[in-house]
Order: sequence, then structure tokens, then C-alpha cells
Amino acid sequence: MNPLITCENLAKNYSGVNALNHITLTLYRGRIIGLLGPNGSGKSTLIKLIAGVLTPTSGNVRINGQLPGIASKEAIAYLPDCMSLNSYMTIQQLVRFFKDFYSNFNEEKAYDMLKRLNLNLNQRFRTLSKGTKEKVQLVLTMSRDADLYLLDEPIGGVDPAARDYILETIISNYSQDASILISTHLITDIENILDDALFINQGNIQMYAPVEEIRNSYHTSLDGYFREAYRC
Amino acid sequence: MGWILNSDKPIYLQIIDKLSSDIAAGIYSPGDRLPAVREFALEASVNPNTMQKALSELERAGLVYSRRTSGRYITEDLELIEQYKQKLASEEIQQFLTQMQRLGFDKEQTIQLIKEEPSHEPTDHL
Repeated sequence: MNPLITCENLAKNYSGVNALNHITLTLYRGRIIGLLGPNGSGKSTLIKLIAGVLTPTSGNVRINGQLPGIASKEAIAYLPDCMSLNSYMTIQQLVRFFKDFYSNFNEEKAYDMLKRLNLNLNQRFRTLSKGTKEKVQLVLTMSRDADLYLLDEPIGGVDPAARDYILETIISNYSQDASILISTHLITDIENILDDALFINQGNIQMYAPVEEIRNSYHTSLDGYFREAYRC
Repeated sequence: MGWILNSDKPIYLQIIDKLSSDIAAGIYSPGDRLPAVREFALEASVNPNTMQKALSELERAGLVYSRRTSGRYITEDLELIEQYKQKLASEEIQQFLTQMQRLGFDKEQTIQLIKEEPSHEPTDHL
């Protein structure tokens, strides 16, 4: 099977601070992967390097065998950890904007998911609550028929019901041909939907293994493993 | 909302436990059609691959079977379901006896206590 993502000696250094420490990693298709680690461990840095919004200090990352560029932007749907949408636009305008921008944007899928949120499509983005904004942004990201979905903290600031909606959205959009990389420190909430867990700490990969394997060999849930491994 | 799957066991084993005990308890009747893997995964809030794995295991155990194009069904082999019921009952009893042993009651004493216990109110949620 062709790897979806390969990182070779990938490193990122922010003016003297090592955020990512020469990591080598291969990700395949058809997996939901949790990118787990404490605050400041390098989760967002790794995601941004794969998304192509940061350039590596050394080493490289390849998407479908190619360095980040036009082709990789097409293949990757990236949900940043901050609001990236124009807040003056209405939801309807945002959908059209995405449709114009991405050839693999599935408009029907987007409207279908938005319908479940009972939103007025003529409402401006900035008038939505924080949780609803996050949901809309996730819907727009997941509506693209991409090879890789990079979700940076998609369940950060939302209530448990919204969290369920987000997890359902992720599960129902799962496909054998694509992979989803989700970064979070809310492990309990997502561990049941993960195939693999990628633990990073201080810019290094601590472990990359199927979740069931971790449960089997350490006789604990992912959350338990995390608490043990990162005890302060 | 999802099923409550929070023990340290692998998730697919927890799904197998839940489904086989639901089958034994008659929550699913023999011949019932199960939801498609993705829907079922959504209902349980688990990864579709995990649900697939659990269902394949149940299929191997004979508790469910699949018909080529129309999905998965609960077995109609009543004998097998009965066997499972017995197996689960015996597991429950073993667990209970272990607990009683911790409290210092042997099997005979436990049976005596059960007889003296006022009869159990039937619960309607089962």
C-alpha cells in the first residue's frame, strides 16, 4: 500500500526552540489517528508542517509522495486550531466560497450536515456562538473529498452535545480511502473512535500504535496510558 | 450519545460483550436485522473498523450471520443462544461467588442467604 504521508527527519525550530525533533513517520490510508500529547508537545507544529503552512527547518514531509504544494493542498483538508473564516460572510457565502476554492468540495454533503444544525444559512458567521462556529468550520472541512483530514483540536471549546455532533460527523465521513489525523488532549472523548494513537512529547514521537494494541499490552485505556506516561 | 464502553478492555471486545449479552437477553430477537456497520458505529460512537471487527468476531462465533447483499442478522439457532445464555449466567454466578467469598461466605452459606433474601423486584428496563 502506498503511504499517504511520510515524514523524514522532520524538524522545526522556532528561533532556538526545538518544537519538532527530527521525526520519521509514515501514515497510511483508511485510519483515524489520534495525535496526542500534552500542551506544547508539537502537535500543532506537526499538523502545520503536513498542511504546508509551515516550512521545516530540516528534513521533509511528503503527501502522496510529493512535497507540500498545490497537489497537497488539494489532497488535504485542514481544520486549523483557530478561526480561519471571514466572519462577515454568511454561512451560505462561506459554502460558496469553499466550493469556488476547492474542486473536491461536496456542496450537497455540506448542506446535508448543516441542515442537522438547524441554522439559518443567511446568518453571518460572526453572530454564531463559539461552539456553532467550530461546528460550521468542521462541516466545511469534512465536506471536502480529501485524502487526509487534519483536524487541530476540533473538540476543544465545545459542550458535550456539540462534541457528540463533531464525533458523529467524523465517523460518518470516514472512508477507506482517506485518513483523519485529529490532535487533542481530550483523550477520553475520542479514544473510542481512533484506530491508531500517535503520542508525541517535547517534539519526539513517544509511541505510534493501534489503540487496541495499547489497551492489550498496557491493560489500560488510552487516557490511563496518557496519564501514566505524562505524569508531572 | 453512544454506548458506555469505558473499561480497559479493547473496544471490540467490549462491543462483543455488549452485543452477545443483548442477544442472550432477547433485546435482539433471532432473525433481527442489524444496522449497517457505519450506522451501528455511529450509534455506538466507535470507529467503523472497530465495529466491523466486533461483528466479524460475532459472525465467527455464529451469533450473527450475513446474507450476501442484505446485511447482517441475528442467528436463528435458538440452541446456540441458549448455550450463550447459560455461559453468561455461569460467568455472572462465578463473579458473584467470588465477591461473596471476599466477604467470608462460602457457597453453601451464600445459597442459604439467597433463599432468605426477600424476593427480587423485577426491573422493567430489562
